[in-house]
Order: sequence, then C-alpha cells, then structure tokens
Amino acid sequence: MPMQDFSYIELSPGAAPIGLKTIPVLNYPDFAEQIAGLMKAETVHCVLYYAFPFNNGLKFIAILAVDATGKFLVFSHETTAGVTDLESITPQIPALHLFEREIHENFGIGFQHHPWLKPVRFSADRYQKDLTMNDYPFYRIDSEELHEVGVGPIHAGVIEPGHFRFICNGEKVLHLEIQLGYQHRGIEKLFLNAGSTLRRAVLSENIAGDTTVGHAVTHAQLIESLAGITINENLQKERAIALELERIAVHIGDTAALCTDVAYQFGQVVNEALRTTIINTSQLWCGNRFGKGLIRPGGTNYPLTVPVIESMLKTLDNTGMRYRDITDNIFTAPSILIRFDGIGTVTRSQALSIGAVGMAARMAGIPRDIRATHPSGYYAGIKYEPEIQDTGDVLARALIRNLEARKSIEMVKEWAAQLSPVTRHPSPIGSGVSAVGSKPSSFAMAVNEGWRGEIAHAAVTGPDGELVHYKIKDPSFHNWIALALAVRNQEISDFPICNKSFNLSYCGHDL
Amino acid sequence: MFRSIKILRQHGIQYVPNLRTAELTSLFRGRPVLSGEVSAELATNLAKMCPSGAIQQAPFSIDMGKCIFCRECEFAAPDNIRFTNDYHIATNNRDNLIIKENHDNPIVLNPDLVRKEIRTLFRRSLKLRQVSAGGDASNEMELNAAGNVNFDMGRYGIEFVASPRHADGVVITGPITENMAEALQICFDATPKPSLVILCGTDAISGGLFQESNALNRNFLSRHPIDLYVPGNPVHPLTFINGVLDLIGRE
Repeated sequence: MPMQDFSYIELSPGAAPIGLKTIPVLNYPDFAEQIAGLMKAETVHCVLYYAFPFNNGLKFIAILAVDATGKFLVFSHETTAGVTDLESITPQIPALHLFEREIHENFGIGFQHHPWLKPVRFSADRYQKDLTMNDYPFYRIDSEELHEVGVGPIHAGVIEPGHFRFICNGEKVLHLEIQLGYQHRGIEKLFLNAGSTLRRAVLSENIAGDTTVGHAVTHAQLIESLAGITINENLQKERAIALELERIAVHIGDTAALCTDVAYQFGQVVNEALRTTIINTSQLWCGNRFGKGLIRPGGTNYPLTVPVIESMLKTLDNTGMRYRDITDNIFTAPSILIRFDGIGTVTRSQALSIGAVGMAARMAGIPRDIRATHPSGYYAGIKYEPEIQDTGDVLARALIRNLEARKSIEMVKEWAAQLSPVTRHPSPIGSGVSAVGSKPSSFAMAVNEGWRGEIAHAAVTGPDGELVHYKIKDPSFHNWIALALAVRNQEISDFPICNKSFNLSYCGHDL
Repeated sequence: MFRSIKILRQHGIQYVPNLRTAELTSLFRGRPVLSGEVSAELATNLAKMCPSGAIQQAPFSIDMGKCIFCRECEFAAPDNIRFTNDYHIATNNRDNLIIKENHDNPIVLNPDLVRKEIRTLFRRSLKLRQVSAGGDASNEMELNAAGNVNFDMGRYGIEFVASPRHADGVVITGPITENMAEALQICFDATPKPSLVILCGTDAISGGLFQESNALNRNFLSRHPIDLYVPGNPVHPLTFINGVLDLIGRE
C-alpha cells in the first residue's frame, strides 16, 4: 500500500494541540490494516496505542513514530457501546501485544487471535474485578524433567516488587514470565481528578523516581502545549541539562550495579561515589537529589544560578575524568568482560519485533533515540548522534551506559558553560504552575528520550478544556519482554546481571 | 595497576564522618517553620493549593506525614512558611509531625513510646527487610544509599537483609497498593517477633499524593503498631539513619 493511501494526521515533535475531530477515524479493519501496513517498515514504531471511554463506546488512538521524517502519525477508531470483540493486530505486529492486553484488561475487548490476553497490571478499574493478583495465568510446561523457580514479588535487595517465574531445565532457563502490577497506584486516574496544574506537576514527578525529570519535563511540555505557553530557550536548555544529569546519574549508578553483580567491588564502590556527586549536584540546584520540584509547567522555581553552574562544571570535570578511568578499568578486565560478553543476548530482529525503545533498542543495532529522530525543546536545535551497539548482550548495554554517560557529561559541560557568562540568572523564566487553561476538545502529546528510552504522555480535553483522558507511557512498558527474551537459554545465575543491565521500572510500568 | 592506584587516590575518603551533625545544602527541604500571623484567607488558599492535603487552615499547620516537600507553599507565602534544611525529622509519635505556627523546635522521638525490647535487643545490631509497596523507587534508592560508602549505616550494625526470616523488622515504602497488600502481610508475618514496623516516606505514612487512589489497601497499618515515621519524598539517607539511631537508643 503506498503511503498516500493512509489516513492519519501528521504531528511534529512539540506541535500545538490538534482538535480531537481532526484525528481521522477509521473503521476497524482499515485501522488495523493501517497500523500493520505502516509498522512493516522497521523505522516506524508504536509510541502509544490505547483506548478510552468516548460517546458511550471507546475511542482507540494509535500514535506511530516515523524515524525518517521525524513525525508522529496519529489516527483513531471508535466503537459504539456493546462492541466486545475485535481482530487482534498482534499476530502481524507482535510489538502491539501489551497495548492490546492493556485495552483488554481495562475494557474487556476480546482481541481475537491474540496469543494470550493476560492481565497487565490488575489495574484498580479493570474490567474483570473478580480476578486478583493471585489469578495470574502463568505459562506452564508439564514435564517430569523441568522445574519452576518463583522469585518475588519481594526481591532480595531494596528494589521494587515484581514476580519472576522461571521454567528451568537444570540450571538453564527455558522460559521466564514476568508478572507486574504490584506497584499499581492508579496514577493516570489521579491525573484526571487532580484538580490543579500543580498537583499534576508533582504527580508527574512521582511516576518513576529514577525518571523524575524525564516524566516531569514530558508532562510540562504537554501542559504548555495545551495552554499555548511557549518557554524561552534558557529554560529549555536548563531542562535538557536536568534530563542529561538524570541520565548521567543513572548510567553511573547502573555501572556500579553491574560491577556488584560480577563481584567487582572496586568498580561498584567508585561508581556509587561518582553517582553521589551527580545527584548531589541536583540537590544543590533544587534541594532534591532526584530533581523533584525542579520542573514546572511554564517556568521553574529553581533557575540555574551562577554558583550552581560553577559547581556543576567542576563536578562534571572531576567526575567525568574519574568515570573514564574506572570504566577503562572495567572494560579492559578479562574477568569482567567474560561475565558481560555474550550474556543475555537479544537479537536485532527480536528487539524490532517487540518494539524495543531507548537503550534496549540501541544495544541491538536499532538507532532509536528521540533526541535524534524526534527532538523537541532544546534538542530540536542540536544534532544528537545516538550511541549504538549491535551485540544485544549485557556488554552492549553496559557499553551504551558508559558511552552515553561520557557523552552527556560533555554535552552538559558545554551547555552549562554557555549559560554562565552570558545569561546571568534569574532569567525571565517565571515560576510556572499557576492554573493554566487548556484548549477544549483537543489532543496533545509530548515525547522525550529519558535515560531508559522514550517517555510519552498524551492527553485529551473535553468541551470545557478539562482533561478527559491522560495517558502515560514509560519506556519500560515496551522493554520488560526484552528481559524475558534475554535470559532464555542462559544460566539462571545470570538473571541478576541481565536484570541489572536493563534496569527497567516497575512503577513506570504499573502506573 | 597504576590506573587503579590513581582511581583509589582520587576516590579518597568518601564516608561522612558524623552522620548526626552532617550539614545539607541550604536548599534541602526539611522541617518547615511557620511564622507570623497567617490570615484566614491565606490559610484557606494554601490549604487548597497543597497538592497532598498537608496544610490545615485552622489551626494553621503543616503535617509532615502528608507533606511531599514540594515547597510550593513557601513560594506562595514566603513571609509565613520556610522550609529549613533540618533533616532530623523522624519520630515515633505521629502527632509530632504536625508543625504548628511559631513552632521552631527540633522533631524529637518520644522515648516513652519505644517498646522496651527494641532498645535491649536491637541497639547494637538491627537487620531490616524493606518492602516496596507502590513507591516510585526513589525511597528505595535512598535506602540503598544509606548503606553505601558515603553514609555507611553498617557502621552501626544497621543493614538491609534479603530474607524476612533474618529481619528484626520491616521498612515500608510506598502508599501500600491493593496488589501488594497480601505480600506485605506475608513478609511481616515471616519476621521473628518482636518485629519493628518503620514507615519510610510520605507515601507510606499517609498515602501522600496517592491518598485518594482506589488502588490502595492500607489495612496493614491498622493491624500493627508503627515504631517509626520517617517523612520525605524521598526520605534522605541522613533522615532515615538518624531516625533509626534515635529509635534504638544510640548516641
């Protein structure tokens, strides 16, 4: 099918909201065919596919990202009351499996020929309220030879809860199934009932604590778009600095965690101390080590001041040098490399078929990075070259962290240095968060590359300008299945290092 | 080899020597102080604005058990509200977390409320099992940091353990989701008694931002006495360590 036969509306990153009516409504066979047709190209992936109650039925919205053009394609389908069954698109496009499961869980739509419409997170407002966490239907293999290993929801360390069910042949993992939902707080619904811009802004900072800035910036951009607020370049740059600081802190922390799991205590301890220098820079900037309180729609309470910039530059210089040294040690030590190399491999075709995003795509040779393909805010004015590896294993994921942390340190140094002599703060940024009006009956979205991958928020407003739907996607939503694939045919003892190498978010998935 | 020596030299001494008196940046948002006369109108506006319902209008007060330390009320009423960088804010008395007007005293733990066996059994060694129940992982990261090379709470014999069977108590983070309620109960039941319950972070203490969510089940808290409330969003490692030290009666 040639492109011109498709029916969608094309949006640029950071575009103004569009009228809900301008999103083409397709009948379901055309809608399904269009998704499948567009997504045959490997440079097109699904950012969001979801449904919400609309005119007594449901409205389905699909958002696809096209890397070649840097645009998002949005189109929709509407059902009337009583529609319960639709043909699944997953058999053609496996990347949609979880989106369809989510729609099934929330609204009871039976997607015919979907491989298995399992619960996603046992959401509080699920369609089948009689089912609870204990009713999760695990995949089973009946065999005298095999055994099952259940881990969680509470794990050995101080981390979030989730249940891992392994089917093993001796020490070898045949299959891993990951059951999530323990962290479900009903956060999307709280966004709707929040009642104030401020409340939504702080909620966005609490979606996933390790991605505070990522989600808060994405939310702020969405609200600014709906309210028709433009922010100045200084603030855009400061947000980009905050996003990159978050990336640097997590990548260095994960480098420490990877060292922990291969018993390289030297690397662990040194990297933990280096991560501390970065999060303490955030604390110096805004009083919180994770950047909570920093990002507000329309402004900020914490403009970067000269003393903070000076301290940041000094810290990044020192930490950057020490990180280079310790990672040079790590990536030249045979005893470490042998534990990273060839472990937990996800192939390029697997990563493509599951619709992996962010690091989980780039480790397998897929150049998906919103900063390069769909940049908004400050990134729209720079040319970012993504870091790509192609082996898809723990080593690739570790190297991406290393290379991205180094690159981000250099970028922030450059940006912060430009800020300091020229634009003395406080700049005309404004403190933000005053109640803002929203364009009525509109659709708006914002997408950013957080440290883990693409974060997407989408909102729909009603005739009075109030939010009628708010959708959040953390990159973990796409990527958890990559972990399950990574451990197939691995020793079960390699699970911890595989898990750390992805470091996916439970709360970001469970919402 | 030479590179390793260089790294070690640069690494230097990382630990914070005195966890009791360490000073945080002046911007750190700790114990708030309310001063001056707050008009009824201002109090009403502030209470309405507070995203987690921590501000009460009459008598005017901030409940640190509900406060998420966003500091927005201070920006709105700088003459009346000031967040200090005092991180010594953990206590075993829930009422002590409510800050009233013109009250600028440190938050203290009430030794009379501490169960006797806690200080005899756990003073020199305290092993804790952390349970995340709907948290956003920031408290969890700060609790991990409490044991890292900087804060090193292991120096007091306090550490997190993998199994509840090895634990002297549970540290709960997050607002306690319905989906995690049963696992939390099973974990607590598996700890040898007497067993502590520590609520770590505003979400755990009151539900915080998630108080109105229909995805929570906080019944666990009505079944078990709470030994320590540690406010924060997230809790700072120093707040946690100092709170626990106060609880077990260490200097």
